Amino acid sequence: MKKASFIMILGSLLLLGLFKFPLWNIMLGAPQYPDPLGMDIYIDGIQGVSEFDLQNIDGLNHYIGMKVIPKPEDMWEFSIFPLIIGGMICLGILLGILGLMGKISSHWFMGWFILMSILGIAGMYDFNNWLTAYGGDLDPHAIIKVINPDGTPMSYKPPLLGHKKLLNFDVTSLPHTGAYMMFAGMMLTFIAFFVGRKKVKPHN
Amino acid sequence: MLKLTTAMLSAATLLGSCGNNSGNSSGSNGALRSSNAEKVYVAPGEYDEFYAFMSGGYSGNLTVYGLPSGRMFKEIPVFSQFPTTGYGYSEETKPMLNTSFGMVPWDDAHHPDISQTEGILDGRWVFINGNNTPRIARISLKTFETEEIIEVPNSAGNHSSSFITENTEYVVAGTRFSVPVPQADLPINEYKGKFKGALSFISVDKETGRMNIKFQILMPGFNYDLSHPGRGKSHGWFFFTTYNTEEANSLLEVNASQNDKDFIAAINWKKIEAYVNNGGGTKMVANYAHNVYDESTHTATSTMEKEVLTVNPADIPGAIYFLPTPKSPHGCDVDPSGEYIIGNGKLSADLTVHSFTKMLDAIENEKFDGDAYGIPILNYEAILAGSVKSGGLGPLHTEFDNQGNAYTTFFISSEVVKWKIGTWEVIDRKPTFYSVGHLMIPGGNSRKPFGKYVVAMNKITKDRYLPTGPELEHSAQLYDITGEKMELIYDFPTHGEPHYAAAIPADMIRDKSQKIYRLDENNHPYAITSPDQAKVTRNGNEVHVYMSMIRSHFTPDNIEGIKVGDKVYFHITNHEQDFDVPHGFAMIGANNSELLIMPGQTKTLTWEPKKVGVWPFYCTDFCSALHQEMQGYIRVSPKSSSLDLTWTLDDE
Repeated sequence: MKKASFIMILGSLLLLGLFKFPLWNIMLGAPQYPDPLGMDIYIDGIQGVSEFDLQNIDGLNHYIGMKVIPKPEDMWEFSIFPLIIGGMICLGILLGILGLMGKISSHWFMGWFILMSILGIAGMYDFNNWLTAYGGDLDPHAIIKVINPDGTPMSYKPPLLGHKKLLNFDVTSLPHTGAYMMFAGMMLTFIAFFVGRKKVKPHN
Repeated sequence: MLKLTTAMLSAATLLGSCGNNSGNSSGSNGALRSSNAEKVYVAPGEYDEFYAFMSGGYSGNLTVYGLPSGRMFKEIPVFSQFPTTGYGYSEETKPMLNTSFGMVPWDDAHHPDISQTEGILDGRWVFINGNNTPRIARISLKTFETEEIIEVPNSAGNHSSSFITENTEYVVAGTRFSVPVPQADLPINEYKGKFKGALSFISVDKETGRMNIKFQILMPGFNYDLSHPGRGKSHGWFFFTTYNTEEANSLLEVNASQNDKDFIAAINWKKIEAYVNNGGGTKMVANYAHNVYDESTHTATSTMEKEVLTVNPADIPGAIYFLPTPKSPHGCDVDPSGEYIIGNGKLSADLTVHSFTKMLDAIENEKFDGDAYGIPILNYEAILAGSVKSGGLGPLHTEFDNQGNAYTTFFISSEVVKWKIGTWEVIDRKPTFYSVGHLMIPGGNSRKPFGKYVVAMNKITKDRYLPTGPELEHSAQLYDITGEKMELIYDFPTHGEPHYAAAIPADMIRDKSQKIYRLDENNHPYAITSPDQAKVTRNGNEVHVYMSMIRSHFTPDNIEGIKVGDKVYFHITNHEQDFDVPHGFAMIGANNSELLIMPGQTKTLTWEPKKVGVWPFYCTDFCSALHQEMQGYIRVSPKSSSLDLTWTLDDE
C-alpha cells in the first residue's frame, strides 16, 4: 500500500503541469502563413503561440464575422478550472497520505480517478460547446459570408481533436503538454489502485 | 606573345570597340553548363547561401542580393529620396538627407563594408559612402534601414571610403579631391601646396554604432583614391592609394599621369589616436550635418556639428609614411594575414605588393628616399614583397580567398586574374563582360574570407542581356572559385552602378532580421496606439491628422473641415503586428510621394490641398482581400469656409 500511495501522490502532482503548460493547442496554417498562427489553451486562459498570434487571428476572423478570442474574464471556466484542478490535486495528495497511514484502502484512489474522469469529460464537453459557439456565432454583417450547400451558414468551429480545413486555413487541434501530464497522472492513480489492491489482498 | 595579344585586345576595348564579342563566349559545353546551373539554382522555397550588399552607385542606394542566385531582395534607400517608401519625403526621414548645403536628395554610393569584430564579419551594420556630397551612412542589418548619416567636412569626392578597421573602431573616409581647407576663394591654379586632402577617422560606438568624427588628417593635396585597413599583424595601420601626386589641377588624365610612381599612404592611426587622446590636434571650425534615425520614434533628427579635430602630419612624425607604388594605383587591398599591401597600378600591367614586415623594417632603419611635405617616402625596393606579372592591363581591385590566393580585376583587358600570394604566379584568368571594376568575395577583405564565389561587377553591359534601349543595367558575373580554375557560372544584371559590394553568410544575419516594429514601443509623438485615439486638430492653417490603419480600413476615413491653403500632416500608424503586412498611403495631388508603413510604424506625409472638392486617399500596398476597399475621402472647402473639423469611420 505504501508503494501505491506514493504512486497516487505522484500521479496527483503531475496535474500541476496544467498550471504551467497548455492543456490544448490549435494551430492555423495557410499559404500566406507558412509559420502558422496558434493558440495555446491553458486552464486559466488562452494565449498566442507567438506573441501577436491572438491579435492576428482576431484580425483575420473579423472578415468572417467571428467574435474575438475570449479573455480570461470573459469565461467563467477560466476562473473555475484552476480551482477544480487545484482541489483535485489536494484531494489526491490527501488520499495518498491517508493511504500511507493505512487509514484508507486503494478503492479511494479509484474513486478519485473516476471523479477526475467525469470532470475531464465534462470539461471536454464544455470546451466543445465553446468551440461550436465560437465557430458558429457570426456577425450578420460579416464581410465574407460562406453558405453551405444546404443553405446554412458555414461554421468555423475548429476541430476538437485532429485536422480540419476551414477555407484557406488548415486547422489542427491537439492536446498539449499539460494534458499529457494530466493523462499520465491519471494513469498513475489508476495503476495505484491496482498496485494497492494486490498488496492488500494477502493481508485479507 | 600572349601579353602582346592581350594588350592589343585591350587597346581595342579602350577605344570603345567590341565588335567581335558575341556575348555568348563563356565557352562552357552542355555538360558543364548543366552542372553550373545546379550550382546557382536555388529551388523555390529555399534560401541563398549569402547576402550580398551592392552599392547602387549613382542610384545613391544599397541593393541586397542573394548569392549564388543573383536574385535582388531589396533596395535600401540611403542617400537618395525613395518615393516607393517615402524615404526622404516623409517628415520623419527628410532630416536624413540634410547637409551643410541644405537637403541633398541624391548621392553617389560607392563602397559598402560590413562591420567586423576581430577582423571577422559580425553582420551588425553596413557602412557606405556618399561620394558627391561627402557623407557616410550606417545601415542596420536588423531592420535593413539607414540609421545614421554623417557629413564629412573638408572633404570633396568621398571616394577612399567607407572602410572599417578590424574591430569597427573606425569607419574611414578619405577625400578624392583635395580642396582648400578651410574652404576659401582661391585661384584654382594655386592648387599645388595650398590644397589639402582630408582623411577622416570616424569612430563607431561599440553598442549603438553611433558615428562621430574623431580626427581628420590634413594630408598633402593628392587624390586619395581607395583605402583598406591593416588587419592581424598590421592592425592599427590604414593604407590609402594616391594619384595626382603631381598636384595637377587641370587635364588630370595627362597631367596626373606623369610620375612613374605615386604613393600608398600608410597611416599609423593607433599612434594618431593616442596623440589626439592626449590633447593633440587642432580644433577647426566646421559645419556638417549629423543625421540620426531613432527606431523608437521612427523619426530622424539632423544636428549641425560645429567643430572638427584636425591633425597636421608634420606635428606627429613617425605616424605617416609613403610607399612608392607604380602607375597611379587605384585599389589598395590588404591580404587576410595583414602582411601584404597590394597596389593596383591602374596604368600598369603589373601589381605591386608591399610587405608590412619590410615596411616596418624600412621605417626602423630609415630606408627613406626623401620626403613629400615632410612625410618620409620609403625606399621602393626595401619594402617590395614582389610584383605580379599579370599579363593583363589596368588592374583595379584585389580580393582574397581562404586558400592563399588573390583575385585581381583588370579593367582594360576585362578579366579576373587569380594569383598565388607569396609566389606571385598567375594561376588562372577568366574574361569578364565587360570592363570589370570591383570584384567581391564574401568576407574577401577580412581576416576570414568565405572563398566560394567571386562576383565581378562590370562597367559595360553591351549585349549581355536583352537590349533595353540606350540605358542598361550593369552586368555582374559569378564565378565558382572552389577549384584550381575559376568557373563562370552565372551572369545577372545589377541595379544602378554597383562599385563595390560586401557579402556575408546568410545564417549570420537571417534570424536577426526584424519582422515588425512593436506598437507598444512606438514613441512617435503623433502615433496612436488604438483607433479610438484617432483625431484631427487644427492650429491656424496647420492640420494634424492622427490616423491608424489596419486590414482593411483607415481610422478615420471621412474627414471634413479641411480648407484650401491648409497644410495637412497625415500621421499614420500601422496597427498590424503581423509579419509582412505593410500598408501604403497615397493622397491625390500630393506633391511628394506615397508612404509605405511597416507594422507598428508611424510615418507622416504632408499635403497642401489646392482645389475645393472631395478627394480620395487609399492604401497602395495590396494588403488583404479587401485592399480595394481600403480608402477614404477628404472634403476640401474654400479658404473662407467656417466648416468645423469632423472625422469619422462608419459614421461614428
